Amino acid sequence: MENEAGALSRVAGLFSARGYNIESLSVAPTEDPTLSRMTLVTVGSDDVIEQVTKQLNKLIEVVKVIDLNDGSHIEREMMLIKVRAVGENRSEIKRLADIFRGNIIDVTDKSFTIELTGTRSKLDAFFDAIDKSDILETVRTGASGVGRGEWVLKA
Amino acid sequence: MSVEITGAEITVRCLQEEGVSCIFGYPGGAVLFLYDELFKQDKVKHILVRHEQAAVHAADGYARSSKNVGVALVTSGPGVTNAVTGIATAYMDSIPLVVISGQVPTAAIGLDAFQEVDTVGITRPCVKHNFLVKDISELAVTIKKAFYIASTGRPGPVLVDIPKDITQQKFKFSYPKKVSMRSYNPVVKGHVRQIKKAAELIVSAKRPVFYTGGGVILSNTSEQLTELVRLLDFPCTNSLMGLGGYPATDKRFVGMLGMHGTYEANMAMQYCDVLIAIGARFDDRVIGNPKHFSNENRKIIHIDVDPSSISKRVKVDVPIVGSVGDVLTELVSLLKADKEKPDQTALQEWWKQIDLWRARDCLKYDKDGAIIKPQMVIEKLYDITNGDAFVTSDVGQHQMWAAQFYKFDKPRRWINSGGLGTMGFGLPSAMGAQLANPKARVACVTGEASIQMCIQELSTCKQYNLPLKIINLNNRYMGMVRQWQEFFHGNRYSESYMNALPDFIKLAESYGHVGMKIEKPEDIEGALKEAFELKDQLVFMDFITDQTENVFPMVPGGKGLSEMILV
Ligand SMILES: Cc1ncc(C[n+]2csc(CCOP(=O)(O)OP(=O)(O)O)c2C)c(N)n1
Ligand SMILES: [Mg+2]
Repeated sequence: MENEAGALSRVAGLFSARGYNIESLSVAPTEDPTLSRMTLVTVGSDDVIEQVTKQLNKLIEVVKVIDLNDGSHIEREMMLIKVRAVGENRSEIKRLADIFRGNIIDVTDKSFTIELTGTRSKLDAFFDAIDKSDILETVRTGASGVGRGEWVLKA
Repeated sequence: MSVEITGAEITVRCLQEEGVSCIFGYPGGAVLFLYDELFKQDKVKHILVRHEQAAVHAADGYARSSKNVGVALVTSGPGVTNAVTGIATAYMDSIPLVVISGQVPTAAIGLDAFQEVDTVGITRPCVKHNFLVKDISELAVTIKKAFYIASTGRPGPVLVDIPKDITQQKFKFSYPKKVSMRSYNPVVKGHVRQIKKAAELIVSAKRPVFYTGGGVILSNTSEQLTELVRLLDFPCTNSLMGLGGYPATDKRFVGMLGMHGTYEANMAMQYCDVLIAIGARFDDRVIGNPKHFSNENRKIIHIDVDPSSISKRVKVDVPIVGSVGDVLTELVSLLKADKEKPDQTALQEWWKQIDLWRARDCLKYDKDGAIIKPQMVIEKLYDITNGDAFVTSDVGQHQMWAAQFYKFDKPRRWINSGGLGTMGFGLPSAMGAQLANPKARVACVTGEASIQMCIQELSTCKQYNLPLKIINLNNRYMGMVRQWQEFFHGNRYSESYMNALPDFIKLAESYGHVGMKIEKPEDIEGALKEAFELKDQLVFMDFITDQTENVFPMVPGGKGLSEMILV
């Protein structure tokens, strides 16, 4: 979409006005600074997704809409997770982070902050693996996606 | 070219370049420089309304009754919030408008300045698009884009919010001849293969019906539609927004469909085998319960310029996205060249069935009583104006009677708020229609409740000598509300009775107009004749009508099209 003030709120407003839900949304300018690319994750029946796509296309500032599920695609999300890390738990958590290919990017004597990248389900799996009571804070970027192969989405 | 002029002058010059000859507005602090510029020129005439809602409705009536973009000008804050009802009304009916609003100076935005509101935010869900002009270098091109977006594709209102300092600053003026936007490319031509499929389906039809809506009016394609319908000799129904798209006096016209549509139109819609929907959107007031509608098997062809209107409420078999005019022209030439014709015996059978439904005479009403029946007023209005008036309406029973009993043969003659159902729309939109068509006869059919929502505009009508004929169907009730309460709420008329009504005759007179009170059926015709002979005067006709009259047929909410309540 056009990298213009207000474009994002049009998208968000459309979803709330029409009762669609936003699971996650991530947006930033592209290599062409006049364009932003947004990845929006939503759930709905085929009919609803068809309407969502058509309604998004109607927004004047939206240049192109694709449903990444129409082809195969790659999806990544980043999560920063601050966990309690004291005593023997520290090595336990370090091991878990390694298994998930996470990086520990901030360390204090009581906590680790782990950076984790992957699909949404991988990040969710990390939650299942770690003891909930150790989690101090989490922040997730929402998914970004791109189609596989040589096919490109261009304005 | 190098001379610099103010943003205010740029704005007015843009309007001139667009060929705008008439705008509707109301001044205030944020737009004073704009008003100063308007004062200095006479190409763009400004009509001073008495409330900003009316400015937008008037611009809307102007647009609907002509083929132009309507323009309104309002100040920041309360000027804008007052205009919102008008903007939403135009949005729901896809009417091309450009609304220019003043805004507090750029440096004051976000500081809760006097008369500041987030105009772009407030109007976002009810405009086709809106802009906040932050830099004077963008002003002219933004206005150009506004007109372009408003009038192309599926039309709609576009708002341009201009901060006061931008109207003061200076910049060189050049008006772009064209704009192109990579993110906005309204579809024009329908897919040839889809049109072929449609033609094949049409030829195979045994019980066909055309259902057409506001899109035919907006795209100025009633001639193509009429040619197509006559070529095939298929029945045709119009939605409330589509009236006039197909001539109502033609024998193939089966009346309006929907909640208060005719028996024959609704039955044909329900039991057809091929439905050709054009510039229409299957909304809840048209097809009733979509589940019930889908109980019957039929193939649907849907032609619309807006892809999001297709398969929104009803799944269709042959979707055609494209401008109605192009698709219809293509379809006509395909069908003319086609050697195969629809099965004529089947078609005759279908017509016989429709005639049986017609014989039910669903719009009949008692014509012999001593009290005025509202339907009769509309029938007489039709006779006296030879079916050639511009008729605006408000919202309620009177609106439905106007739609049922005035036989519109031409497009753009019937002007009502179909989508939003805005009471207060009738009088200001009639002003717009009269200004766009100075020589035409313009009637506003209203009710005693609706008219009071924009009654102040009687003053505007005086100022500009607008000789409207106001037909007030005065039933001393919010009739449509009362009807629902009678049918669905055990006759408990909760707050639907209008106590303390004004004396409309004196009221009209106090604004400098002529007032008439009509109480007997035998006086209807004479009063209307007299009123229309007063060519230079606004006449307010207060018809005292039957309080208990209801609108029939009626498809109750949640019911199916064939489950009508009949008289
Ligand atoms: C602004 C607005 N408020 C409320 C309504 C709900 N409403 C629909 S019809 C109606 C009554 C209209 O009464 P009147 O103008 O007397 O017309 P009648 O139905 O009696 O012909 C009301 C209140 C509306 N459509 N618009
Ligand atoms: Mg009434």
